[in-house]
This record gives sequence, C-alpha cells and structure tokens, in this order.
Amino acid sequence: MPSQALSILSSIVSLFVTGCDAVEVLAVSLLLGKYCSPSVPLTNFCLVIAPNRASELPDDQRIVITGVGLTAPNGNDWSSFREALLEKRSGVQPYEIRYFGKTLAGICDFDTNRYQKKKEVRRGTRAGSVGVYAANEAIQHSGIDWENTDRSRVGIYVGVTEHGNVETENEIYVIKGFDYDTSCWSHHHNPRTVANNPAGEIALNMGITGPHYTIGAACAAGNAGIIQGAQMLRLNECDLAIAGGTSESIHTFGIFASFNSQNALATHDDPAQASRPFDADRNGIVVAEGGCLYVLERLSDAKARDAEIHGELVGYAMNTDATDFVLPNPERQAECVHMALKKAGLEANQIDLVSTHATGTSSGDSQECKALRTVFGECTNPRINNTKSYIGHAMGAAGSLELAGNLLSFRDGVVHPTINVDELDPDCAIPGLVLNEPEEGKKIDYVLNNSFGMLGINSVVIIGRV
Amino acid sequence: MTPAEIRDEILDILEDISPDEELDSLDDEKAFRDQLELDSMDFLDIVMELRKRHRVQIPEEDYGNLASMHSTVTYLEPKMKDIVKS
Repeated sequence: MPSQALSILSSIVSLFVTGCDAVEVLAVSLLLGKYCSPSVPLTNFCLVIAPNRASELPDDQRIVITGVGLTAPNGNDWSSFREALLEKRSGVQPYEIRYFGKTLAGICDFDTNRYQKKKEVRRGTRAGSVGVYAANEAIQHSGIDWENTDRSRVGIYVGVTEHGNVETENEIYVIKGFDYDTSCWSHHHNPRTVANNPAGEIALNMGITGPHYTIGAACAAGNAGIIQGAQMLRLNECDLAIAGGTSESIHTFGIFASFNSQNALATHDDPAQASRPFDADRNGIVVAEGGCLYVLERLSDAKARDAEIHGELVGYAMNTDATDFVLPNPERQAECVHMALKKAGLEANQIDLVSTHATGTSSGDSQECKALRTVFGECTNPRINNTKSYIGHAMGAAGSLELAGNLLSFRDGVVHPTINVDELDPDCAIPGLVLNEPEEGKKIDYVLNNSFGMLGINSVVIIGRV
Repeated sequence: MTPAEIRDEILDILEDISPDEELDSLDDEKAFRDQLELDSMDFLDIVMELRKRHRVQIPEEDYGNLASMHSTVTYLEPKMKDIVKS
C-alpha cells in the first residue's frame, strides 16, 4: 500500500478515537472513494466509518440487512419499537397463567390475522404466528419484489430458546379433563412441537421452498439465527435469508415456575419497573414473548436491486463456557466478544454502542459487566445499554429484538438508556453506561450485540453502518 | 339428540375448526370437501371433538361416513340418540 494511503487510513482511525472534523473526513472519504447511503441523514455526523475487515471482502461475501420485521411487547414494527424505547415506554404487564398464577410478562399485541387465516392460527403455534408476522413484515420492509422472488432460493433461519413446552402443557391440561385418556391427545401435537415448527409455519404461509429450520441456542438464539443466515448466504445456499429469533415462552407455565424455583423471576408492584438490569435492587427475569426477523442479503444482490441497507454484519462469534448449566462464565463471554472484534478487524474503542444481554439477575448482570470490563476496560467511546429493561427477556427473540432496538441509532444518533436503574449496582458500574436518560448526538457506526444462554452458549454480532 | 341437534353440533364443530368459512349456505347433500377447505387433519378434528364432547368413538374404517353433513348425521344418529343435548 502506498505510504500516502497508509497515512490517510491512519488519519481516519485516529479520527474515530479522538473525534473528527466533518470537512476533513469528507475530504479523506472522497480520496478513498467511500460513500454513505443517501437514505441515511448524517448531516450531524462524520461521513465515513472506521474501516472494518468485512469491507475488504468481495460484495458477494458481504452480508447486509435490508429488512426488519418484528413484534415486541412495546411495538409491532421497527419504528414504533424504536419510538417506545426513546420514550422509555415499558411493555411489561400483569399476567396470569395456569397453575403458576399471577406474575408479570412482556406481552405482544400484534394482529395475528394480518398475515394468517384464523384457521392457520388455530392449527399452528404462537411461535409460528409470531414468526409469520415478523417474516411478512420483514419482507414488506425490504421492498423486494416478493411476487417475482424465487422462493426456492429463500432460506429461513429462526432462533429459538425452546419449543414445544407450550403445546405439550396444553395437551396435558386437556387430557387431565378426560382422566388422562391419551385418545384425547391432539393429532396436531406433533406438527406443533417439531423443533422446526416456527420456521416451517413461515415457509407454509409464504410459500417458501428453500431450506427452513430453527436454531436451538437458548437465549443466544436471536444472534445465532442471524449468524446462520449470513453463513448460508456466504455459502450460496440461498439468495435471501429470513433470519433472527422468535419466542412464545410466556405461554408455558413451566418457564415461570422454573425461574421462580431458581429464585430468578422478577417481582415488582409496578410492572414497568420489574425488569431492572444493573440496578442494585434487581430481583430476576421478566419473561417476554416476541420475534424479530431480518431480511439478509449479499451486498451484491442488495446493490443490484438498489435496496435500502440498514446495516452490515461486520463481525460475529459464538463460543461455549463448558463450565455450568446456568451460571455464566465471564472469561468465555469476554473471549467471545474479542473473537467478534477480531473477525470485524476492530479495536474495542471503535465500538460505539454495546447492547448488553443482562437479564436482571444478580449473577448474570455482574458477570457480563465483568466480561465487558475485561474487553473495554477504560475505553471512552463505547456506550452501553440494555433493552430488556423495557420488554423483559424475549428468550429466543431477545438477541435479534435488542439489536433491532439499537440499529436505528445509526440514523438518529441516540442511545436509548437502560431504564429502572435507581441505584447502580457497584458490580455493574462500568464506563459508558447510559442510564435512565437517552444520550443524543452520539455518532454510531458500530453496534455490538451480546446474547448469552443456558448451558454456557455465548453469541456476539457486530453490525456496522453502511 | 335429534338429527337436527346432531346437525347443529356438527356445525358448531365446523365453526371451531374452520373459522374462516361461511357455513350458512352449506349444502347437506354435497361433500364437505367440495364446499369447504378441509383436509385430513380437519376431519380428524371432527372425530376428536365428538370424542371429547360426547365420548362418541368413530373407528377409522367408518371415516367415510363423514363425507357430507347428511351422511354424517345419518351415521351419528344411532350413536348419539341417547345423548341429551346440554
């Protein structure tokens, strides 16, 4: 590389560590031939982003987000979800479920019949309905000519924490009324509980004949779905991936009872304040349902159809603690973040926003903060937030939903805060936390999204602004 | 149950398992399949609902009797005549 180019690159890197002058960066960007999407209003921000390793790949190996479809407890589309986060609006409500009784949950209110007939809803599962809604919304949002899209080249990769508990509990409840006569056990039980169900319902609904399956990855599943979709695009196994995660977990009493037995289920007189990661008085998880699916495409395909691009997957990693069924391992979590940064070719201080996994449990939050302290140390640039404080823990959808909640910061330059932190737990007091009030005017080029799960599964994705 | 009551019961089951369909114009003599979007899983739902609601058992070899409303009511009449409509 000529010394002049090296000097320019060096200047750019230093700008992102020390701040930047828009005119100077514009001049540098023109020299290097870089550009920003005209759809992104970046008038207040520098026009180039720090270079990452993915940008050196050919366009048919670069994976971009071109559509977002979601339902969250506080929003049924991407923009209303973002609006709720910026307005600090919780989606946690009082909830009651058989056997367990009264509790709290993040409950979605999307229109199940927008994309499904009543019969499809009846025959399928809640996770299937969530998935069908999110997938259709994502495809519409992508602006692709769906009628003329080759559905045999579309892949569906849906992360799930668990699947089948809801439907099995329902059938046991039914046959209990018939003295446990198994001849009253529904013939719909098997198609409802096969592990591919949520992805398969999407395929049925949308006439997609490419590969479909779920990725069982505990609460790392939302990220895992995105990673799987990207990998399949890079392998040319599909031309368009519908990828992310879904959750129907609030409909199984077992998940509430199990967290409760583990002393890890949140309680609070005010539902909106029950999910309080990083707060000294946090007392557990608020279980939520929801789903978020992305349309992922190769950059070459996105460019060819002049698609609006909402971000690029510039780095990711998954690894395993191999130390405990439920307790996290901050060393392995830190290792996972380091691996993702390495894949992205980024330094820790080049990450602008860290979306944490923290669920509101005593151990989990402090252990994740320990991992983040290891990686980010005294970095001054990254801001750190948590979206579960608004919606609870959406399990298999958590990773993809929380990422979606942050991606619009590329455009609005706002970091939504972790809410409900009345007294910061000293163990969670790491630099960069955005607490209770949003931080505006922050230039966001890279979002790093943590998502961890039981049996020690860790996942990290890094999305860059394009 | 009288044949009319059995018919009402079948209609009620059909409303549950096929909620998008308009059942007012159902022709009792025509096959369900020719009028409604019903597949084999739906027919199993009819069998299941009769079992759950009235403990009526329909062996697999008799499923053919559930082809139309008329044939279904005719088939069920002896099985349900002693059941009191609740």
